[in-house]
Amino acid sequence: MASVKFDNSTRVYPGGTTPAVDQLDLEIADGEFLVLVGPSGCGKSTSLRMLAGLEEVNDGAIYIGDRDVTDVAPKDRDIAMVFQNYALYPHMSVAENMGFALKIAGVAKEERAERVLEAAKLLDLEDYLSRKPKALSGGQRQRVAMGRAIVRKPQVFLMDEPLSNLDAKLRVQTRTQIASLQKRLGVTTVYVTHDQVEAMTMGDRVAVLKDGLLQQVASPRELYDRPANVFVAGFIGSPAMNLMQLPIVEGGVQFGDVVLPVGRDVLDKASGPKVTVGIRPEKFEVSEHGLPATIDLVEELGSDGFLYGRSQMEGADVNLIIRTDPHDHPLAGDQIHLRSTAEEVHIFDTESGERLN
Amino acid sequence: MTNLKFLTATAEPALLDLPWQLPLEDWPEDRIAALPKGISRHTVRFVKLDDHVIAIKETLFDLAKREYEMLRELEKLEVPCVEPFAIVSNRETENGEELPAVLITRHLKYSLPYRAMWSQGIKEQTAKRLVDALALLLVRLHLIGFFWGDVSLSNTLFRRDAGAFAAYLVDAETGQLYESRLSNGQRANDLEIARVNIAGELMDLVASGKAQDVDPVAISQRIVDKYNTLWAELTEVQSFSGEERFRIAQRVRRLNELGFDIEEMRMESVAGGAELKIQPKVVDAGHHQRRLIRLTGLDVEENQARRLLNQIDEFALRVDGAQDEEMIAHQWLSQVFEPVVNAVPRKLRGKLENAELFHEVLDHQWRLANEQKRDIELLEAVQSYVDEVLVNRRDESAYLGTTTEMITLPNPIPSGEVVVDEEDGDWRDFV
Repeated sequence: MASVKFDNSTRVYPGGTTPAVDQLDLEIADGEFLVLVGPSGCGKSTSLRMLAGLEEVNDGAIYIGDRDVTDVAPKDRDIAMVFQNYALYPHMSVAENMGFALKIAGVAKEERAERVLEAAKLLDLEDYLSRKPKALSGGQRQRVAMGRAIVRKPQVFLMDEPLSNLDAKLRVQTRTQIASLQKRLGVTTVYVTHDQVEAMTMGDRVAVLKDGLLQQVASPRELYDRPANVFVAGFIGSPAMNLMQLPIVEGGVQFGDVVLPVGRDVLDKASGPKVTVGIRPEKFEVSEHGLPATIDLVEELGSDGFLYGRSQMEGADVNLIIRTDPHDHPLAGDQIHLRSTAEEVHIFDTESGERLN
Repeated sequence: MTNLKFLTATAEPALLDLPWQLPLEDWPEDRIAALPKGISRHTVRFVKLDDHVIAIKETLFDLAKREYEMLRELEKLEVPCVEPFAIVSNRETENGEELPAVLITRHLKYSLPYRAMWSQGIKEQTAKRLVDALALLLVRLHLIGFFWGDVSLSNTLFRRDAGAFAAYLVDAETGQLYESRLSNGQRANDLEIARVNIAGELMDLVASGKAQDVDPVAISQRIVDKYNTLWAELTEVQSFSGEERFRIAQRVRRLNELGFDIEEMRMESVAGGAELKIQPKVVDAGHHQRRLIRLTGLDVEENQARRLLNQIDEFALRVDGAQDEEMIAHQWLSQVFEPVVNAVPRKLRGKLENAELFHEVLDHQWRLANEQKRDIELLEAVQSYVDEVLVNRRDESAYLGTTTEMITLPNPIPSGEVVVDEEDGDWRDFV
C-alpha cells in the first residue's frame, strides 16, 4: 500500500488554451478513500487518468509512495482500475476467474492459490472457489470481479464513476459494499464521481474540483460546515445552501429589518460594500422579524418538510429553501420572516467568492 | 398504449411490428433468429427483420444513445464496426411497467464470432490469425483517436479474408473518441486490457474443452508484439543520409504492402541536406481495397483485394499488354471472376462471400495441380471445389453461433433460481 501525491500536476490538452487540470497539489494518505467530485468538465476524470498513466502530465509530477511515476507506463504503476468491464468466464471456476491474471503475469502456482484464498476470505467467497460463475448470485459475481483486482495486490485502487450504469437502488447498495470493502482492505483508493451525495457518503476526504482547479479538500463534515468558497458552498449539500448578497452595515449585514451580527474582523476583509451570505436550509428559522419571504410551495417528506420561497432583494427575487417541521409549518402563500444565528452563517467575499469567516 | 420512440437512420416500417411491449427475454421464438447462449451484461437477441438479421440489446437509454452515436461516428471515420440501426425507448409492458431501452445494430453479413472458429476443429493457427486481425483493428482505432477500453475477442466479429481474418468492432460502450492523438499511456492501457482479455478468453476455451494445443499466454502476448510492430511502421520517424532518397519510396511501398496509403508525410532536411527525416503523419487503411474498387467495382476485404489484384496482374501478362489497367481489369472480371462465381450452383452461393469463394477456389486449384502434377483449369477447379468442399461447408452468411458467453460487470443481474455446478476436484488445481 502507498500514499499518492499530485505535485503541481498539470494537464493541457493539445490545442487547448486552459489546462484541464491546473497545478493540482494533493496528497492522499496510505489507506485513505479519497473522492474527486465536481461538475462535468471540472478535471476529476482527467486527474484520475493522469494518476493511471492514461493522460500525459505536462507539468509537475505524480508519486505513488516515494516513487515518481510521472513517466511510468500504466501497467507498471501497480494500480488497479476497479470495475473496468471485467468479464467472468463461464467454464472457469471462481478461483480461476480470480487468479488467471496472476498466471499471465507468471506468478507461481502456490502463491496464486494463497492470494486467491486470501481475497476470497475477504470477499466471503471461500466456499465458492470451485464453482462456476453461473452458480453465483449477482452480488457474488460482482465480488469475484472485485477479487480479480484484489489478488494483484495493487498499491492503489482507481474507480471512475463505477456506479453510473446501475439503477438507483443497486447504486445505493453497491456504494455501501464498496465503502465497507475498502475499509476491510485498507487499500488507498481514489474514486471519481459527479454525484456529491456519493462523494459525501463514501470518502474519508473529498476533493472538490471546478474548471481544472482544486477548490477544497477536506472531510465531508468540514466541507459541509466550512466550505472554502461560494462554489463549494453551493455544490455540497442537498438541497443546496441559500446564497444571498447583502449589504454590510454597522455591526454586521442587513438582513431584512434586522442586522445579522458579523464581526468587524470578518467584514473588514470584504472587497466591496456587500458580502455573500450562505445559510443552509436547516439553519433558517421562522421568526417575527428578519428577512421577509413569500412561500410558494411546501414539500412534506415525512421526516422532513421543505418550504420553497422567495425574497425580494434590490428589486429581484432570490429563491430560498427552508427546512421545517413536517407537521407544523407555514403554508404556501404565507408571508414570513426568516432569521439565522451568526454562528451558523457562512460569509463569502462577493467578488472573489472566498470564505471570510 | 405507450408512445414508443424510435431513433433510426433508415426508416424501416417492419421495426414497428416487433413485440416491444415484451421484455426481450420473453420474445416469441418465431421472431428470434438465434439465442445467444450464456449470460451477458445485457440481454441480447438476434431477430429476423425482413431479409436481414438485427441484433437487439436491452440497456439504459443514455448508454444506448451514447453507443449509437459512437458507432455512427466510427462509421463516418471508416473504421470497421457494426452498423448502428436504431434506438427504441419509452417501452412499457401492457400493464404499464417500464422496460429498458434497446440499441439495435445490423448483423454483419458473413461475420463470425471467435468461438465459432473452434467448432470446426481449427487450432493454434486460427487463434494467431484472429489476434493479428484484432491487432490491426486496434491500430486503426488508435490512429483515429479511439480509446476502446474493453478490447477483447468477444467484442469483435471476424470476416474471412483470403486465409486471414478482418476484424470488426462490435461493442463501443466503453469507448471514447478523442480529438487529439491518444497518449502512449492510453494505447498501452488498451493493449494491456486486450492482452489480459484474450488470455482469459482462450483459457476459457481451453477449459471448455473446445480448444487444444493453444497457449493462451503466448497468443495473448502476440497482440502486443503485432501491434507494436505495426504502430512503429506506421508512425515512426526514420532518418537516413541525404543520398539515400530511395528509402522514401521504400517506406511508402512497405506501408502499401501492409495495406496502408500515406495521405500525408512529413519530411525534414537536417544538417544542410546531409540527413533526411521522414514520418508518416496521416495514413489510411485499405490500400488494396481502394485499388480494386477503382478497377473493378468489387468491394472486398483487404487481403482478398490483394489476392484478386495479383490475379489481375497475372491475367495482364497473358493478354495484350498494350491495354490500360482498367480495360484489363474489366476483361478479367467478365472472363475469369464472374464465370467462377456463376459456376457455383445458386443454392450454395450464399455460403461464402464471392471474393472468399474465389480465393478458396484458387487455393483448391493449386492443391489439385500439386496432387495431379498437371495444370488445372479454373473452371475444372470450381467444379471439384463445389463437389468436394463447398457442399460440406456451413452457411456463413448469417451464422450467429454462440454469440457471447461472457458475464460482464458491473451489472444488475436478475436474481432467481441458481443452478449449482457439480464441484469436482480441489479448486487449487485450477488456479
